[in-house]
Amino acid sequence: MNDRPSWFNVTSLVLGFSFLYLPIVLLVVYSFNASRLVTVWGGFSTQWYVSLIHNQGILDAAWVTIRVALISATCATILGTLAAVALVRYGRFHGRTLFSGMVYAPLVMPEVITGLSLLLLFVAVGFDRGFWTVVLAHITLSMCFVAVVVQSRLVTFDRSLEEAALDLGCPPGKTFLKITLPLIAPAVVAGWMLAFTLSLDDLVIASFTTGPGATTLPMKIYSQVRLGVTPEINAVCTILIGIVATGVIIASIATKRREVERARAERLAAAAP
Amino acid sequence: MAADKAIGPIRRSFAPWNDPKARPFIEFRNVTKRFGDFTAVDHLSLGIYEREFFALLGPSGCGKTTLMRMIAGFEEPTEGHVLLDGQDLVGVPPYRRPTNMMFQSYALFPHMSVWDNIAFGLKQDKMPKPEIAARVEEMLALVKLGPFARRKPHQLSGGQKQRVALARSLAKKPKVLLLDEPLGALDKKLREETQFELTDLQMKLGMTFIIVTHDQEEAMTVADRIAVMDHGKIVQVATPAEIYELPNSRYVADFIGDINLIEGRLAPAAGNGARLECAGTGATVETSQPVEAAPGSEAWFAIRPEKVTIGLEPPADPTKNALKGTVWDIGYLGDVSIYHVRLATGATVKATIANRTRLVERPITWEDEVWLSWSRDGGVVLTR
Amino acid sequence: MAGPDPKGGGGRFLVLGIPYLWLIVFFLIPFLIVLKISFSTTAIAIPPYTPAIDFAQGLTAVWEQAKEFTTDNYVWLTEDALYWKAYLESLWIALVSTFLVLLIGYPLAYGMARAPARWRPTLVMMVILPFWTSFLIRVYAWIGILKPEGLLNQVLLAVGVIDEPLVITGTNLAVYIGIVYSYLPFMVLPLYAALERQDQTLLEAAADLGCRPIESFWKITFPLSLPGVVAGCFLVFIPAVGEFVIPDLLGGSGTLMIGRTLWNEFFLNRDWPVASAVAVILLLVLVVPIVIFQNQQKKNEERLR
Repeated sequence: MNDRPSWFNVTSLVLGFSFLYLPIVLLVVYSFNASRLVTVWGGFSTQWYVSLIHNQGILDAAWVTIRVALISATCATILGTLAAVALVRYGRFHGRTLFSGMVYAPLVMPEVITGLSLLLLFVAVGFDRGFWTVVLAHITLSMCFVAVVVQSRLVTFDRSLEEAALDLGCPPGKTFLKITLPLIAPAVVAGWMLAFTLSLDDLVIASFTTGPGATTLPMKIYSQVRLGVTPEINAVCTILIGIVATGVIIASIATKRREVERARAERLAAAAP
Repeated sequence: MAADKAIGPIRRSFAPWNDPKARPFIEFRNVTKRFGDFTAVDHLSLGIYEREFFALLGPSGCGKTTLMRMIAGFEEPTEGHVLLDGQDLVGVPPYRRPTNMMFQSYALFPHMSVWDNIAFGLKQDKMPKPEIAARVEEMLALVKLGPFARRKPHQLSGGQKQRVALARSLAKKPKVLLLDEPLGALDKKLREETQFELTDLQMKLGMTFIIVTHDQEEAMTVADRIAVMDHGKIVQVATPAEIYELPNSRYVADFIGDINLIEGRLAPAAGNGARLECAGTGATVETSQPVEAAPGSEAWFAIRPEKVTIGLEPPADPTKNALKGTVWDIGYLGDVSIYHVRLATGATVKATIANRTRLVERPITWEDEVWLSWSRDGGVVLTR
Repeated sequence: MAGPDPKGGGGRFLVLGIPYLWLIVFFLIPFLIVLKISFSTTAIAIPPYTPAIDFAQGLTAVWEQAKEFTTDNYVWLTEDALYWKAYLESLWIALVSTFLVLLIGYPLAYGMARAPARWRPTLVMMVILPFWTSFLIRVYAWIGILKPEGLLNQVLLAVGVIDEPLVITGTNLAVYIGIVYSYLPFMVLPLYAALERQDQTLLEAAADLGCRPIESFWKITFPLSLPGVVAGCFLVFIPAVGEFVIPDLLGGSGTLMIGRTLWNEFFLNRDWPVASAVAVILLLVLVVPIVIFQNQQKKNEERLR
């Protein structure tokens, strides 16, 4: 088959990616608009970023969001990795169906239900809602995503590596730390990143489970958006997009470079006697 | 070189299994292993002696790998006992057993260098650092991988990986080395070379080696004794020559090498030996090997194709067995030719003839009437 | 193979026990509470319901309380046409959006799968990248484009296609656009996976046997990509039914989706028992597609093995 893309394929790629990226590009462009009217171009300006620095409400919300995301992503990664190990390694244990059901259900559960149910739990046990209830809610949601990411790596993991370590005299716990964990580390890191962005993004669950004094950035953006589009919000969004895009691009370049180096080493090894 | 020459006589005289005073080093006592409904190992007993190179041979699913994994400690027997040097191994976790294993996939730790892979087991024993270094260097020299110590596994070729795996499993000087299909991933030429290296190494180190393989040639080349397994049971345990020449069943005869099987019924033997009346013809064949079964019972005559001679005239020697047939097909393989001769009963017997002279007009060709003949000790009569 | 577990008793207990306990406390029990409250009576208090069960009083007391369970909230849901409409409209909007996502996603996935091999990883990353940016931001971006004085209307007015601004925000059309945009990666990725895996020699074989390209698309490519189509459709449909942000920001007061109804019931009316009943029914509505989807996935995995 010839490798040159047909006009049809090129057109669908161009249209498809324009659709995906145009709104985001416009949003970024208008964050540099001098005019307060979002739709009229009034020249280039960074004034909205400057005014952002002085908007204490947004800065506070951002700080809350970052702390929630860091704590919840880290806890979710630990819990999710444990859950993945249990699912892949423990075969048929008592209550497996319930366990795997609970791991997969939050992935497809509408956020409004997850949020509502957690809120009702916190009310039922008389837990004061605020920063920590949001963290607990985010851990619960994210750990399931982490579990799925790590699980898919563990399924393809060569168990004879662990058996070899045991055979050479390494006890099970140490084997997990010295052999298994370093080898599944990329999946664990990917799981952490996913958990972090999930927490950064979440509006619905945070709205249900938060309390006074713990307004997250998405909640702040949401309440302002309901009042109308402002260039300041465009600036916040641009910064968020910038952070996430940089993170993802750095991560994928690092992966790519590792792969290239590995491929080169393998070619060299194959050429050697 | 002087040390190498000494190996021959040692190997020739090594046969503790014939010594009634010798005690097995590894012993399976009535061991059964079940996975759910599936019985992988079925009431099996077996003794393996110190310094022996022992092969477990059989098709996939026959239980040979499970047997080996029970020695390593990755599986526990459902019933029975596994003993090592008189000690019961049941309940001892793999990381406390004095055995080491070379894995089929090699299982080299991809995030560690060759050096660290070999040192891994030694570090678990809390050996002092200088000793670890000395031992690793010794192992690297043994498998001739000194210059590759700092490489990672993915920077090695298949043969090099195999040698790292071997060095790693030998580093701790285990009482028993377990080899799980160790040469399966190598190409044919490298495999044959490595087989001889393995036997040399085993003699030099004086360790007990147990190898699991489905490749009968590999088992024949490396092992002192072979256990042929089928459906969780051992069918025969014997030296390679005995397994080949005197198989105890059709299963073993068929699994190792090429063989002709002729069905029939036992007839009363004249003198010592056995006599078989071939089904469908009146012809009988005689062997020098006696059979413990009543006359009239069902039996099979088994003979290797290379033991059969083929001629246009009946054999002059009347003590020889002879059957008449027609040449059905000829397969020319270069070094030998295989003649497929169809008997009157419709059964086909294969005869392998070495091509000692260059291809000239051969006297025997398609559809010739020929006589197949062999001496009394050429084949065996099997009752199962 | 089910060998003895290398992680002995204590370790194993912790590895399984910690996440198990966590999920029971923060997932299962909360859901049981939702179920319980959906059978409670509304009260004007804080919390705004009378508890249906108080475990502190022991099992007998629980049984006594269970007798006082009320199905009033569910009766209320069936009697008020608002809820029926909301459920039906959610399903309908999700269905239409899923179809539109498929229509747009298929050519894109096809173009990606047929692009030169060295471009493909980059293209896949380009599809995933917007997915990593906030959902809220992506919806927000569309408000600026679609509103009456927004960019789309300005462009159309300038070109002269229309004489007065189109009203898009506040209509179901805006909701469709929002869902299509937000869920496009969910459709494209499984489709791409299915299309990329396809053996190109199949098309050569078809051409060799006299099949024209268009025909071979419908007779070979499309049927073979069906597992991807099914997976993509479920991945879009299931979350779209319970969607809250998109109908709330892009839709109008007339856009009744069930996620939004639940939100309003909870935050505006403060009627927790009814909100819980809405949640229970929403889940029941979604159980069927979720189970079908998981069975389908299991079958696909077995087939690939």
